[in-house]
Amino acid sequence: MMETKAEVRETKGLDYERMRAKYLRKGMWPTIFCTGCGHGSVLDYTFWALEDLGLNMDKVVFVSGIGCSSRLPGYIEADGLHTTHGRSIAFASGIKTMNPELTVIVFTGDGDCSGIGGNHFLHGVRRNIDITVIAINNFIYGMTGGQLAPTTPRGAITTTTPYGNVENPFNMAEIAMAAGGSYVARWTVSHPYQPIKSIKDGIIKKGFAFIEMLSPCPTAYGRRNKLGEVQQLWNWYDDNTIPKEDYDKIMKFGTPQEQEAVSDKITVGVLQNIEKPEFTTEYKKMLDRVMKAKEK
Amino acid sequence: MEYGRVDLNLVKKVLGPKTQFEIGDMACVYGALLAGCKFFAGYPITPASELAEGAARLLPRVGGTYIQMEDEIASIAAAIGASWTGERAMTGTSGPGFSLMQENIGYAAMTETPVVIIDIQRTGPSTGQPTQGAQGDMMQAKWGSHGDYEIIALAPSSCQECLDMTIMAFNLAEKYRNPVLVMGDGEIGHLRERIVIPDKVDLTFRTLTDLPREQYIPFVPSKVNPGSKVPDFAPFGSGSHSYITGLTHNEKGFPSTDKQPDHDRLVRRIMEKITDDAEKLVKVEEYMMEDADIAVICYGATARPAQTAVEDARRLGIKVGMVRLLIAWPFPYSYFAKLSERVKKVLVPEMNMGQMVHPIREALDSKVKVYPMNKIGGETHLPVDILKGIKEVV
Repeated sequence: MMETKAEVRETKGLDYERMRAKYLRKGMWPTIFCTGCGHGSVLDYTFWALEDLGLNMDKVVFVSGIGCSSRLPGYIEADGLHTTHGRSIAFASGIKTMNPELTVIVFTGDGDCSGIGGNHFLHGVRRNIDITVIAINNFIYGMTGGQLAPTTPRGAITTTTPYGNVENPFNMAEIAMAAGGSYVARWTVSHPYQPIKSIKDGIIKKGFAFIEMLSPCPTAYGRRNKLGEVQQLWNWYDDNTIPKEDYDKIMKFGTPQEQEAVSDKITVGVLQNIEKPEFTTEYKKMLDRVMKAKEK
Repeated sequence: MEYGRVDLNLVKKVLGPKTQFEIGDMACVYGALLAGCKFFAGYPITPASELAEGAARLLPRVGGTYIQMEDEIASIAAAIGASWTGERAMTGTSGPGFSLMQENIGYAAMTETPVVIIDIQRTGPSTGQPTQGAQGDMMQAKWGSHGDYEIIALAPSSCQECLDMTIMAFNLAEKYRNPVLVMGDGEIGHLRERIVIPDKVDLTFRTLTDLPREQYIPFVPSKVNPGSKVPDFAPFGSGSHSYITGLTHNEKGFPSTDKQPDHDRLVRRIMEKITDDAEKLVKVEEYMMEDADIAVICYGATARPAQTAVEDARRLGIKVGMVRLLIAWPFPYSYFAKLSERVKKVLVPEMNMGQMVHPIREALDSKVKVYPMNKIGGETHLPVDILKGIKEVV
């Protein structure tokens, strides 16, 4: 049964002081995040997921690349590797492969993950290595001031598409699904409980877990696209996302008009959850076989 | 937990006979196993693919891991990640892959991560002649990543040295917490000759912190080894909660991107931990230099025809000797300053259009005449080429 954040709060108490003391790295505050940024919410959901799992934080490693979202490991009281742009999944693969006992969680952004890091993303999924990737998608290169990202919607104004974006955007969760991701989910930061459950399930999942979090960037994206107020972006998510079950039902049973109305919406929910061989487990099996054969 | 420890008997059993007829690439893999390497992340590239193949075949037999990554950027990234678990990690490649690795070599330098990179150099620029050896990456080895950092680069001239220098590379990487390069080339990498597996291997390990989390500061000079500028290491998973970033960081490891003194202190320290030991890192071999007026200065594959040429010239009564760089970077400036008093002329044969000739010229007194001898196109100099050069400058 899903234990919601509300339930967590209810059973464990609204003990934010204790949560802060346990999970936040002292000395790194304040954060770099702008007013209205959703990244802090993603961090909060991650903390609640970790709290629920009761993991020993000495054995959890956070890895990230470059960008706003990649600053998150710095705020966590645990080992953190803040790496080069786009390469976090490759670094994380080395950590997990060499020490499979560690829980490895990657924070990445849309540009970091699907732009410069696209190839590592694909191959991490393909290899099905047991790491959890939380990809925070704000449709923009935020840290550098609001340039076109691979996820920027068509028509959007960015500093490098001043007359509107003419490119087609990537759908990161669908890429993860197509590449064979064990666990793929997508939520927005306006979903207060579901991401906690997904991050939790992603960590538990023996395999590559990909959780895309739509997160508002009022400063670099919203401001230029008539979505500068935080509430406007949250409303945009409500208007432009649809739970996967609803989408599937409409596509199966709906009228052509109903189908037309949802065809461009972004599906949210647990999009894929499958069992397949995991890299470090399979490698260990192979090692045992090779070491044994050698003894003979 | 013991990190990086090696079961030498098991390794020797896996490697087989003590004396073997092997190629340079494989000799590097042998050296890695003997040095306790537990992780190789690779990507196929000629003429270095045998590194990956050898590691894939031999590492699992000693309980280590070979992982084939999607490109060279990912390969070095995975090796750096693996190193942060406390184990010895490496990657290997050739020119184009080495170019791709440059950003993360800088990252390893900035984050003080021990990692070994074997570069079996081939011709360039660009794809060049994939199967042909060259010495095209000697400057890239030193200056390839942006910003200020120091690198240690070794240059083997034989298959035995591929083995020995790979062990040395791991020891230096661990000692200085820095990327260390073995600058092989396609000639030595694919050359097959006698190698002898050493009975005993001396290993250096990175110094682990003995402090609890509350007292451990990740980027201050060692508390365990007073006087060393190399910080004590805390592997991921050991409870230190270290934050490691390629951003300029303060001693706690926290980003400090707008404070000039923090950057100055950090970058000077990561450079000085190596430059302070520059004298210890001078590794130069002299041959027939006792009474020489002329020196042939070489490294890597070029040393082999150079040696023959020097012997031939001696038979003709020319007072010439050979100086071979075993450690190319840090460059042995002090050695060359003294060499200025001994020789009048130096020849610098290189399989490139002139790379190490620049620091050589910089280090020698201006009264010493420097003659570059550049051969490109994937062939080593012939002894007669170098002999001709010697005769011309006499």
